[in-house]
Amino acid sequence: MSAVAWSSAALLTAAAILVLVRVARGPSVLNRVVAMEVLVVIVVSGFGVEAAVNRHATTLPILAVVSLVGFVGAVSVARFAAPDEWDDRT
Amino acid sequence: MNWHLIADVVAGVLLLAGALLSLLAAVGLLRFPDLLARMHAGAKPQVLGLLLILVAVGLRLRSLHDIGLLLVIGLAQLLIVPVAAHMVGRSAYRTGEVERDDLLTDELSPAVDESGDD
Repeated sequence: MSAVAWSSAALLTAAAILVLVRVARGPSVLNRVVAMEVLVVIVVSGFGVEAAVNRHATTLPILAVVSLVGFVGAVSVARFAAPDEWDDRT
Repeated sequence: MNWHLIADVVAGVLLLAGALLSLLAAVGLLRFPDLLARMHAGAKPQVLGLLLILVAVGLRLRSLHDIGLLLVIGLAQLLIVPVAAHMVGRSAYRTGEVERDDLLTDELSPAVDESGDD
């Protein structure tokens, strides 16, 4: 199980780094929102891997809460996104 | 080969597959050219990866109470992700982020023009 734990952790870390590159590059707020949403799901996956490897259910409520918070964040930013004055492409 | 060992092996495979799908989603997010394509990469493989990981957690914990909670988390994801992607897509269309020339069909533009609040 420990090899599985380390390789999934490595895969998730690589994924998180790639997503952070997209967050940094943009080029607009909505691109960053999509990337942050993916980052939240990666964090939830990380908690899940940890719970599965160490065989405890302590973090399971955190999974539910984090994914709901990610949803609310994404929807509120998307709802109030204006035509983008910080767009790096222009 | 008892039942617990099989469940552990399946859980390990599912964990790896889930993490790999997360990585694929991230690669797609980085490499796809525009927002709609990136949303596609961000929404679908990501959710499947998370569901696989949740199944793996259930196979490791093997208690009915925890599996119920995992079911709630998975169903919530299945409801949440399409709604969030829809909101982002709507917002992208209305703030002019979507290149309308790239679309093969665009059934939304008459409705948006008619509503007149763009």
